[in-house]
Amino acid sequence: MIESSLKDIAAALRDKKVSAVELATESLSRIEAGNARINAFVTIDRDGALAAAKAADERLAAGSAGPLTGIPLAHKDVFCTEGVLTTCGSKMLSNFVSPYNAHVVSLLKAAGAVMVGKTNMDEFAMGSSNENSHFGPTRNPWNTDKVPGGSSGGSAAAVAARMVPIATGTDTGGSIRQPASLCGITGIKPTYGRVSRYGMIAYASSLDQGGAFGYSAEDCAVLLSSMAGHDPRDSTSLEQGAEDFGRDLAKPLAGLRIGLPKEFFAEGMSDDVRAAVDAAIAEYRKLGATTVEVSLPNARLAIPAYYVIAPAEASSNLSRFDGVRYGHRAADYGDLNDMYCKSRAEGFGGEVKRRILVGTYVLSHGYYDAYYIKAQKLRRLIANDFAAAFQQCDVIAGPVSPTVAFGIGEKSDDPVQMYLSDIYTIAVNLAGLPGLSHPAGFGVGGLPVGLQLIGNYFGEARLLNTAHQYQQHTDWHTRVPASL
Amino acid sequence: MSLSLDEVRHIAKLARLELAAGDAEATQAKLNGIFGLIEEMQAVDTDGVEPMSHPQELAQRLRDDAVSETDRRAAFQAVAPQTEAGLYLVPKVIE
Repeated sequence: MIESSLKDIAAALRDKKVSAVELATESLSRIEAGNARINAFVTIDRDGALAAAKAADERLAAGSAGPLTGIPLAHKDVFCTEGVLTTCGSKMLSNFVSPYNAHVVSLLKAAGAVMVGKTNMDEFAMGSSNENSHFGPTRNPWNTDKVPGGSSGGSAAAVAARMVPIATGTDTGGSIRQPASLCGITGIKPTYGRVSRYGMIAYASSLDQGGAFGYSAEDCAVLLSSMAGHDPRDSTSLEQGAEDFGRDLAKPLAGLRIGLPKEFFAEGMSDDVRAAVDAAIAEYRKLGATTVEVSLPNARLAIPAYYVIAPAEASSNLSRFDGVRYGHRAADYGDLNDMYCKSRAEGFGGEVKRRILVGTYVLSHGYYDAYYIKAQKLRRLIANDFAAAFQQCDVIAGPVSPTVAFGIGEKSDDPVQMYLSDIYTIAVNLAGLPGLSHPAGFGVGGLPVGLQLIGNYFGEARLLNTAHQYQQHTDWHTRVPASL
Repeated sequence: MSLSLDEVRHIAKLARLELAAGDAEATQAKLNGIFGLIEEMQAVDTDGVEPMSHPQELAQRLRDDAVSETDRRAAFQAVAPQTEAGLYLVPKVIE
């Protein structure tokens, strides 16, 4: 049943063909059977899941169920869960049992979704491969020698391995779209400010945005609709009420204008990715869409600008980890300063430390204008490029990642090579636009390729409509790894 | 641009990150690789461009000055490394 669409699972629950407890049990046994191989979960919450499932069954019996009541779900371990270990993939928080729930967690709990566990991730969401986790790398269900992408790689792998039908993630520079692409599932990052950051452990606050993973755009629409909405506890939460992002799913694509950024198609994409992307665009034309070339001349500057802005914000956000109020404290230290320095050196992994150091430098006296302000100016130019492009089109399409999933260990010793794997996704975060990745075929080694769709501000329903129509006419999103 | 070893040690100190004796060189090499990437942005003319700090140009909201939280000190301190009598314990800073 776990492999079915949310619509079919919800119907089966309503018709008493399956109970929420049976669904949770099925999900838990899949996780317990597969996690040693995939390492998608840091924490499996069997007791909590069965209790939540029992409550969901009571709601179903009382007739007060919603579309997510009784549906098993996994949260990326960046979201605080009251009474459940919340590690953020870090040794720093390896003993942190959160005393409160993230807003997203509260909303999905209230909707009756059944959390089965917390998924593995790059430490503090910094990474593109899930290799930066203190709890070991997550493996790609399509080929366990390959990375699942990151930083929400555990969530993407859990859905791809059909352990859960839906999972949450966060996307600061591509961390939902890139793992969705590499794992052959659908993932959406909404407009910045749609999903509350309350209780979502901060990496780069002006870029971090929660979002959804699922088998299809239709399933992502259901999950995202239950996650989004104004939260006064997040100072950058948009003052907009809840929305049904699935409202336009059935709209035909005739007349849709798809922009193709010439810079994305110029070079850098591997041949197999290009072939899948071109075929997906041809399919969209068959469905009645027209394509137009657009230009994002400053998109090439997205990576340098991002690697100033994100580390700067991270160095500030991560200063809270001082070994005093929560998290790791070194066993041996001298004075207070020594306690800070040793606790942080022991608690953070290599990539987190590098980004803290880069951020500390670019914010330090005398360098602020040359780096941070300069990067913010480039951010404006990048956002302006998108605004100009959207004068000519309704959505933008292109690759998600330049290659299919790469090998575990292949880039882990070269930060710059790793950073370049996010070349097509980062500009979207800098501009704050919504972006989606949907399966679009397979490349070298039979590994999945995703297509990226970028929407204008608040264009989530349009993006999900576009992807859903594609998924009505193709079956890439129904393919599962041979090992299943 | 490239950072000297002294600069690497200085920013590690500012960031309150102890750098193990043998780690400074390796850290320096990786940081300089990253700064090599970042330097690409200096080639662009951004004169007159307004810096963009945020995707949405919103004013900060104000809220009523009313009590909204309850006292959860015990729950919050349960996750602290060391507390006593409701206080966080740290090494002595004043003799």
